[in-house]
Amino acid sequence: MKHSILAGTIAAAVLVGWPRAQQQPPPQPPPTTQQPSELVTTITGGDGAPPRLAVPDFIALSSDAETVAIAKILGQVLWDDLNFEHEFAFIPRDVYASIPKASSFAEVPFDRWRELNADGLVVGTVQKADAGVKVEVRLYDVRSRRSVFGKEYSGGAAANPRRYAHIVSDDIHLSQRALHGVAQTRLTFASDRDGERMKNTVQKRDVKEIYIADYDGERQTRVTVNGTLNVFPRWSPDGRSIAYTSYGKGTPQILISNIFQATREEVTKGNDENWLAAWSPDGTKLCIASPREGRGYTNLYVINRDGSGLRKLTNHPSINTSPTWSPSGAQIAFSSDRTGNPQVYVIGADGVGQAQRITASESYADKPTWSPAPYNEIAYTARTGPGNDIKVIDMATREVRQLTFGEGSNESPAFAPNGRHIAFTSTRAGKKQIFTIARTGKDLKQLTRSGNNEHPDWSAK
Amino acid sequence: MMVRRIAVILTAVSLAAAAACGKKAPPVARPAPPPPTTASTTPTPPPAPPDPMREPIVPAEPVRDDAIASASLDDLNRNSPLKPVFYELDSSDVSPVGQKVLDENATLLKRYPAWAITIEGHCDERGTAEYNLALGERRAVAARAYLVAQGISADRLRIVSYGKEFPFDPGHDESAFAKNRRAHFVITAK
Repeated sequence: MKHSILAGTIAAAVLVGWPRAQQQPPPQPPPTTQQPSELVTTITGGDGAPPRLAVPDFIALSSDAETVAIAKILGQVLWDDLNFEHEFAFIPRDVYASIPKASSFAEVPFDRWRELNADGLVVGTVQKADAGVKVEVRLYDVRSRRSVFGKEYSGGAAANPRRYAHIVSDDIHLSQRALHGVAQTRLTFASDRDGERMKNTVQKRDVKEIYIADYDGERQTRVTVNGTLNVFPRWSPDGRSIAYTSYGKGTPQILISNIFQATREEVTKGNDENWLAAWSPDGTKLCIASPREGRGYTNLYVINRDGSGLRKLTNHPSINTSPTWSPSGAQIAFSSDRTGNPQVYVIGADGVGQAQRITASESYADKPTWSPAPYNEIAYTARTGPGNDIKVIDMATREVRQLTFGEGSNESPAFAPNGRHIAFTSTRAGKKQIFTIARTGKDLKQLTRSGNNEHPDWSAK
Repeated sequence: MMVRRIAVILTAVSLAAAAACGKKAPPVARPAPPPPTTASTTPTPPPAPPDPMREPIVPAEPVRDDAIASASLDDLNRNSPLKPVFYELDSSDVSPVGQKVLDENATLLKRYPAWAITIEGHCDERGTAEYNLALGERRAVAARAYLVAQGISADRLRIVSYGKEFPFDPGHDESAFAKNRRAHFVITAK
């Protein structure tokens, strides 16, 4: 049921071509002749400081309650989305009230915004359209009063106005800062929030199901309905499927849920155990861990998405698990306990050659996750005391920086597709919950609050 | 289970002690009873001292062979005659205590050759969720290898690792951790 609602919403958006974006005519050059022409479409702050933006509520062009509500949501969500990347400074919202509200693009009180030292001003309008709403957004250079960015968005899906704001935010980041924002991305994780119990077990055991949510934790939606243990979900590179480990048939197996089609595929089956699928960057293969050879050894295997072509990647009489691909697909990082407790290693994706040890000074390191470009880092879980913490190692310098410091136990890091944020599990708030944090260690944010939530993964799109 | 067994022993010891005290006092200290009102010349004999050997003995575990044979799989697993094996942190080594448990489990598996079991590997919450899958597997494999060495057919012993996904004790202290690092035996056919 949930599959079809979700699929219906997205399918409708795709069918009507939503969001359609129309680029405005390029703005006029600024009055100053010294400025190179390629800078005219970006807002700059003074003295190298980040540009100071004001993002007031959008203007509702009709007075019906729905349009007014959407206008308010759009301004607030866009503010949060833009603030997430820290590419702009913001004029605090509480001083906006002192400025007369514009009712159209023609009436923007630039002088008043100038008094507040705003470099840029986002003005948006919302109006009803044949299908849903039409949203128009302009980013003004407050000094020149010129629009440096303007787009129109229309289509269906008034049901989720937040998505308009997410698209606007990503467009502004790309045009103004040459940055791939993550406002349209999503997280997936495992959760026991529904309080369901496994059937046919004597001990009371909680069902865990796979969930998805927007990057900001909104719109948390259940994906699986297996009534069993479903864990370690991973987004496919195209963001349309989730591979996960499911115990539905007794032994753990890799399944794929195609979330927009409400279909499921079995990648592995049978009596052998298989865990922890990681997609190759091109989405055609999965790297999985399996103890199928017996004797307590776990090794990595690469398998085609359709379950064919299984080949052994590592061949070591120890535990070799937790695979993650390098962004190019040429290498795979994993953890191995071949020298004692687990440590992070890297091996060629063809399996040729010796595994190279990466972590040097940890007593215990697991769950490497390779950052996307432009960073070349691996985040991992490190045992730091009674609990674990999230650390990041720079692959060029091998410098390690720590992001969490013993606030509860922290594990299972997953990078955002622009490499600037990490989702992870923490017990700092009591039960296991999903948090995000900037790669600098700032901007900690709790996304889940109901039940236990763990094993996050961040979509590429 | 361990706690219960200790409690049982303590109860038995204290009952025995009480009985031992009771044995000495009454016959020595008690004066002769007053003569009965009814005509009788023979004095009533003092009560016989309690016999400590006849103190009720608390049964160890209410598991009898016929009960095992007639119980449903669920009942059997709820109060399983197959005991779990516990492990040290980060370890899958079977300790001497664990070997003794496995010896008893092997005896039962020989007595009931129709039983098929799944050995579940479990871990405490200190290791990572990902590595613990493989560690739990290794614990289950170690228990299976020991049973096979005792002559149990590997065909009867399936294995699954749950890592730290199903803790037996939800606590966050060492006593909980110790219970959660285990190979757990589930009877799947009888």
